Parts: sequence; structure tokens; C-alpha cells
Amino acid sequence: MTVGIVGYGSYIPRRRIRLGDIAKVWGADENAFERGLELHEKSVPARDEDTITMSTTAARRALMRAGIDPARIGAVYIGSESHPYAVKPSGTVVAEAIGATPDVHCADLEFACKAGSEGMFIASALVRAGEVEYALAIGADTSQGAPGDALEYSTAAGAAAFIFGRENLLATLDAQTSFMTDTPDFWRREYMHYPRHAARFTGEPAYFKHTKGAALALMAKVGATPQDFTFAVFHQPNGKFPMRVGRELGFSRQQMLAGWLSPWLGNTYSGASPMGLTAILDVARPGDRILMVSFGSGAGSDGFIWTVTERIREVQALAPTTRTQLDERKLYVDYGMYAKLRGKIRMGE
Amino acid sequence: MRDVCIIGVGMNDWGELWDLSLRTIWTQAALAALADAGVDKVDAMTVGCMSGGLFVGQEHLGALLADELGMAGIPATRVESACASGGVALRTGFLEVASGLADVVLVTGVEKMTDCSNDEATAALATAADQEWEVFPGATFPGLYAMMARAHMAAFGTTREQMAMVAVKNHANGIHNPHAQYRRAVTVDEVLNGTMVADPLTVLSCSPITDGAAAVVLSDKETARRLAKGRPLVRIAGVGLATDRMALHNRADLTALNAVTAAAQKAYAMAGVTPEAIQVAEVHDCFTIAEIMIIEALGFVPRGQGGPATAAGETGLGGRIPVNPSGGLKSKGHPVGATGVAQAVEVTLQLRGEAGARQVAGARIGLTQNMGGTGASSVVHVLEVIP
Amino acid sequence: MTTPSAARLTREYPARYRLEGARCLACGEILYPRRLVCPACGAREFAVHRLSSHGVVKTFTVIHVAGSAFKHQVPYILAVVALEGGGTLTCELTDLVDQQPEIGMPVELQFRRIQEDGEAGVIAYGHKAVPR
Repeated sequence: MTVGIVGYGSYIPRRRIRLGDIAKVWGADENAFERGLELHEKSVPARDEDTITMSTTAARRALMRAGIDPARIGAVYIGSESHPYAVKPSGTVVAEAIGATPDVHCADLEFACKAGSEGMFIASALVRAGEVEYALAIGADTSQGAPGDALEYSTAAGAAAFIFGRENLLATLDAQTSFMTDTPDFWRREYMHYPRHAARFTGEPAYFKHTKGAALALMAKVGATPQDFTFAVFHQPNGKFPMRVGRELGFSRQQMLAGWLSPWLGNTYSGASPMGLTAILDVARPGDRILMVSFGSGAGSDGFIWTVTERIREVQALAPTTRTQLDERKLYVDYGMYAKLRGKIRMGE
Repeated sequence: MRDVCIIGVGMNDWGELWDLSLRTIWTQAALAALADAGVDKVDAMTVGCMSGGLFVGQEHLGALLADELGMAGIPATRVESACASGGVALRTGFLEVASGLADVVLVTGVEKMTDCSNDEATAALATAADQEWEVFPGATFPGLYAMMARAHMAAFGTTREQMAMVAVKNHANGIHNPHAQYRRAVTVDEVLNGTMVADPLTVLSCSPITDGAAAVVLSDKETARRLAKGRPLVRIAGVGLATDRMALHNRADLTALNAVTAAAQKAYAMAGVTPEAIQVAEVHDCFTIAEIMIIEALGFVPRGQGGPATAAGETGLGGRIPVNPSGGLKSKGHPVGATGVAQAVEVTLQLRGEAGARQVAGARIGLTQNMGGTGASSVVHVLEVIP
Repeated sequence: MTTPSAARLTREYPARYRLEGARCLACGEILYPRRLVCPACGAREFAVHRLSSHGVVKTFTVIHVAGSAFKHQVPYILAVVALEGGGTLTCELTDLVDQQPEIGMPVELQFRRIQEDGEAGVIAYGHKAVPR
């Protein structure tokens, strides 16, 4: 049975901070981030934006493109490492806000930066199995890095939502796969505010190994080569990693540019590769094939192959595009405001 | 219905009364009014108070305060209509005397606002707006009036300077009121350049937080004549109380105070007068824009002309229709539950010719207008000197 | 409402989360939130009406002194927003970039965090206006 995407939407907060403004506070070398990691600025959530609000707006935009009655959505999955509640689901709020309750299955997922693609994996499988008519999968994060840590230069906020179905698809899902091992490259223990990471161990043994593993397994599954794709998008913890892993796999810069958001967005964690996919769908044409591979520390990757249908033309303009949100009407904040918005200032009782 | 007269008035010195409790300031005002009337017992009493519960954690004020006054045993009722509680308490007392249920009624108003933190006081005042649909999304009281001011500015070209003139005028009057909280002059520049509270309202555009109480003694006309001691007899000639849609956003016209207009029309009709007959008025200037909108709603000036009329001095002490000779809420202070009663104190003094340096010469018909929330309730009384 | 209780928040979900109001079957008045009696005509029968998320600013203010729930967010813009197809509400106007608030400004309602009961309490969500 063919399944695929019937609607997609994204949300990027308007606030940004330039990496130079962070580097200045911590005495760091701005160039190390600008050139070394190809990062220039990142999105910052306002005090009233969190995983739940961003997910809701992204989901509503996906509904605008899907044109379906939200009550027909049978499953809602939100992948995030920054759910506002430690106990109490984000998904219930989103499902309630979009009008999908009460006949709906719901779960919050967590797998570092691949929690969003996990939801997509499960949602598509449930639809394929005929368990539900439509399923909504969202990847969203307002991730935090410890002040002064390398992560602080990339942790950003954003959300991407996809509604899976069997009819009226704007992209078919041709194959999906998962590649996973136990690799402690990055973690956050219970009750800790900020994550810890294993520095360079996060690179080769974690990001590159799993991203390549999933990409190669996926292409082998359908007998495809990089040349068979119009677009490719990989998890983008910074600007450099996704371009390098793509290049090493045999993809050209041209194939990866449409979904490459991190230099000006930062790392939206669970939203990262899913948001790249939304940016690709915004510009894709019927017949285009897309390879998407996520990565989550811990560690693993989910891979998907999509083929864009004729319906894409009808839906692209029905909601704000990801690039428009990334490039227009930005509100720059300084480090002081950033620290306030991110709750990094110790307040009075 | 029997004629009802005001035979005694009293209030304490208003301000931040750190060493006085709610019951003490209330008792001071009550005793002053009883002494002024020359009576030592009453048939009933009413207490206007917006929120004893939130400001000092005390409800059941009728019984508590009757007891404080040594009058446990009499019927005593606390009346609430947010910032119009005092005015509504006056109306309640009026009804008791007019109906014949009582001959002498002590009408009081009180608020003790400085026993809680600023945040708690702000939250308590905000309960006069719609908690679920105005305050929950972030409205403050000054914020709601500021939005009315914006709408008025957009509709009629009302200026910040015109609004500031309300504060300037009322502070100029308040200098002459020994009970006023802020007996000092302010200038237009001081008002405009003050700390912004809710644009366009600055701190001097807003009435203050005040501890205070006020009281009047009402009686039927025969009793009043007996106790007059040669003073002019002041009768409550007209009473009007009305309500409007509670939330500002539910009103079709954000520049109109429909409850004020409706209450005034009832009071004018009952008194058999028109707005032109009013010679002195105490109105609810909780914010500068409020006075501008109120003098329009009362019919003192045409719609939209509140600003220019104020700037032209029409509402000043020597003007065509002096408004708030007491200093108003702005200068005299605004202990919310007491305000409506204190307005009656002032107009009674004016009609008796006992208002000293702020006396409006020859005033024989006066008006009080008291308002709850953003105008969701308003009460108007017309007072006149009778032979 | 300084500490929104869970029950108090939950019962308003249809209006706060989904912008559900009511349309009077007798006179067509749009109510937000729903209530039992039409304030325009007194009728008591209604259909569920989902408000448009598009509207215009009817009036606004910039709040510089706020209550405890909002005191660290000043200055913020509060507006009365009239929605296309009926319904008016008071909400924050946020995310203005290089523009000043004005009466008549076209806005859209977006799902946002409104307030929370401290660090450990329940989070209240609802809608705020952003420029269109």
C-alpha cells in the first residue's frame, strides 16, 4: 500500500542571535564557528514559544496543506528533547488545539535529535498498517546548550509537522529504514538542565557512522544511487557536518542546498532534518526524489526516500514556506535578552 | 417614595495610612459623619468596599464595622460594585430611607489598600475587569483605560496634552482639600514626562493607591429638618445605576461609557433636571481619560469634546461646569470602596457652601458619578438644596 | 487570576485552544467565548462557531507596569482584536519587527504560552496576535 505525506508545515521563531554576540560574551573565537562550523546565527524562542506552541502552529500549517478534517487524525507523535513538561505529554495539548481529540493515539518521543523522524517512522507505519486513516508526526525543539559551551552556538528552536495518509499524497514514502547502536556521544541525565557531550566522539563514531549507515542501507534497499535524487537532507547540527556527510556519500552541494538551513537557523534538534525536508518540499517539483536521513545521539539514524507528486504544486503556497520564515522579518536579540528569554538568569523568589 | 436628605458627612485624611487599620479609618469617618449630623444612633448602615478580602483578608464587613462602632445589633450590609461600591452603597441607603424601611441610615465606604504588596493590590484591582478574558491574557487596569484612550484619540483627535490637563486641574483643586492625599500642583510636562504605565497613560495620569474612608448620614426629610440647625437641606433628588458589557472588547464603541449615560439619564429624569442644570460635579477620574469620557457621557460637553473642553478650562473651578473641585480621585486619592461616598461628601459641602477655598460659588444642584471597572457599572446621584 | 488552577484552565480549552465560540441561531451574533444567553437578542440556541484567526487591531496599548504574571515581560503590547467574520477578543500583540502597533493593523492569532503557575505549576496556553 502506498503511503506518504498529505500535508506539511513548519514554524521558526522570529528572534535570532548572531554567533558573534555569543562569542563576545565568552571570549571565544567567532571565526571558529563562522568558518569552522559554518554557523552565523540561530533562532531563539520567545518567552511564549515552546515545543508545544511551535508544534501547534506547524501542525496547523500542515492541516492547511492537507485540507483534511483534523478529527480524522488517528495518531499524534511529537518528538522533542525539550518537552515543556517532564511528565505530561506535549502531544495532548497539540491534539486538543488542532481538534484531533479524543479518538486519537498520542505519544511524546525522545531520542536526542532524531525524535522527530522517529514519529514520522511510526506514523507512516501505522497508516500503512491501516490502523489509522491519518497520522501526524512533529519534530520540534527549543534546545539548550550550557552557557559558554560549544553547543550554545548552535542550539536553536523550530518545528516541522507532517500528516501521513494514503490518498491525496503530495509525496509518496518509497522506503524507510533505521540504523542504531548504543553510542553515548551526547546525553542529559534526569533533572539536569543542560546536556553533556563527548566532544569529538560525537563526530566520526556517532554522527558520521550512523548517518552513513542509514543512508547506505536505505539506498541499497531500493537499489538507488545518489544520482537518483534531486534533493538530499541530513541531520544538521551545524553547517559543516551535513555537507561533509553528503559529500562523502556522493551527493553534490547542489542536491543539498535546498534543505541546508543550519547556517542561519542553528540546530533545531528533533526539528533539524524534518525542517530541511519542509524547505525542500516548498521548492520541489513533481517527480523529484528526496533522501532524508536524521541523526540522534545515543545514537541512531532514520532514513526516508520520498517521491514528490503532482499535488505539490497545489499546496506549496497554502502556508508560509520555511525559507520565508528563515529569511524574513527577523528580530535580533543581544546576549542579555537571549539569556533572559532562555531562562538563564537566576530570578528572585 | 419619601424624600431622602444627606444630614451628615465625614471622612478622614486620605493617604498611605501605615499606622491605621481598615476598621480604624472606617470608624474615624463614621464618627465624623454622625457628629456632623448630630445623631448617635442609626437604623441601619451600608458599607461600600470593593475587596476587603483581597486587600486585607477581611470579609463580613457589615457585622465587623457595626460592632466597631458599638452598634452591633443594627442591620448592616456590605455592598460591592468594584470601584463603584461606595456609590452603590449610597443608593442602597437611599432605598432604605425612601422606602420607609429606615429613617436614619449610615452610608459608608472604605478601602485599605496598603497592607498588601503592589502586585497584590494590582491583582485585586484587576478583579474589576473580566478575569478570564481580559486579565488572563495580560490586561491591567491602566492598560484597559489606555486602550480606551487610544480609541478616543483615534476617533476624536483627543491629545495627550488634553488628557494631562485633567490631572493638572484636579491637582490644582486638591491643594485646597485638607483631606486629599496629594495636595500639590502638577504641570502638563510633569504628567507627560512621568513614568509610562500603559501608553499613553503615565503615572500622573492614574489615580493613586490610597487608604481612606468616607461616610454620610441619610434621613427622611422630617428628621432632616429637625436636625438641620439652620444649615441648607441637601436632598438626593435623583438616583441612577446602570451596567454595560463587562469586557471592553465586547462593547461596540470603545469611546463611549454607556453605563454612565444610562445612569445619568435615570438620575436626571428622577430629579427633573437636564445636564445644563448641574452646577458642580464630582466624577470618577480614575484615569485622566476617564474624566474626559465621563463629562461627555454625562452630557456636560458634546461627544468627542471632552478633551478640548478640559483644555479650555470649562471644567475648572471658575469654569462653566466645575468638575472635581475636591481634587477628584487623582489628587484626593482613590480608596476604591470609599470614593463614591466621598463624592457625596464633597457635593454636600459644596451645596452647603462649606467647601472653603474650593467652593463653587452659589452651587445649588450638584452631581456625583462613580464607576466600576472600565465602566461596566456606574452610579449617578443628583443632589440639590431644598428650602 | 494569579494562579490558574488545572480545572479552571481545562474548562476553557475549546475557546482558548481552538478559538471556538458560538453563533446565535436567532440573530447571528458571534459570541466568544460561548455562553448560555445571547447578549444581543436574549436567545438561547447556538451553533459552535470557530473564529477566524485573522483580524485587525481595534485599539492597543503598550503596558509598562504589569501584574505579577507578566511583570518580567514588560513592555508588551495589549490589543483588542476584531476577527474576520465576527468575534472580538483582548490579547497580546507580539513579534513586531521594525513596525509600530497601530489601529487597523492586520494580525493573525497564533498559539502561544500565556502564563504559568511558577516553575513547577501548570502552563496556560492560548492565542496571541502577530502581524500578518
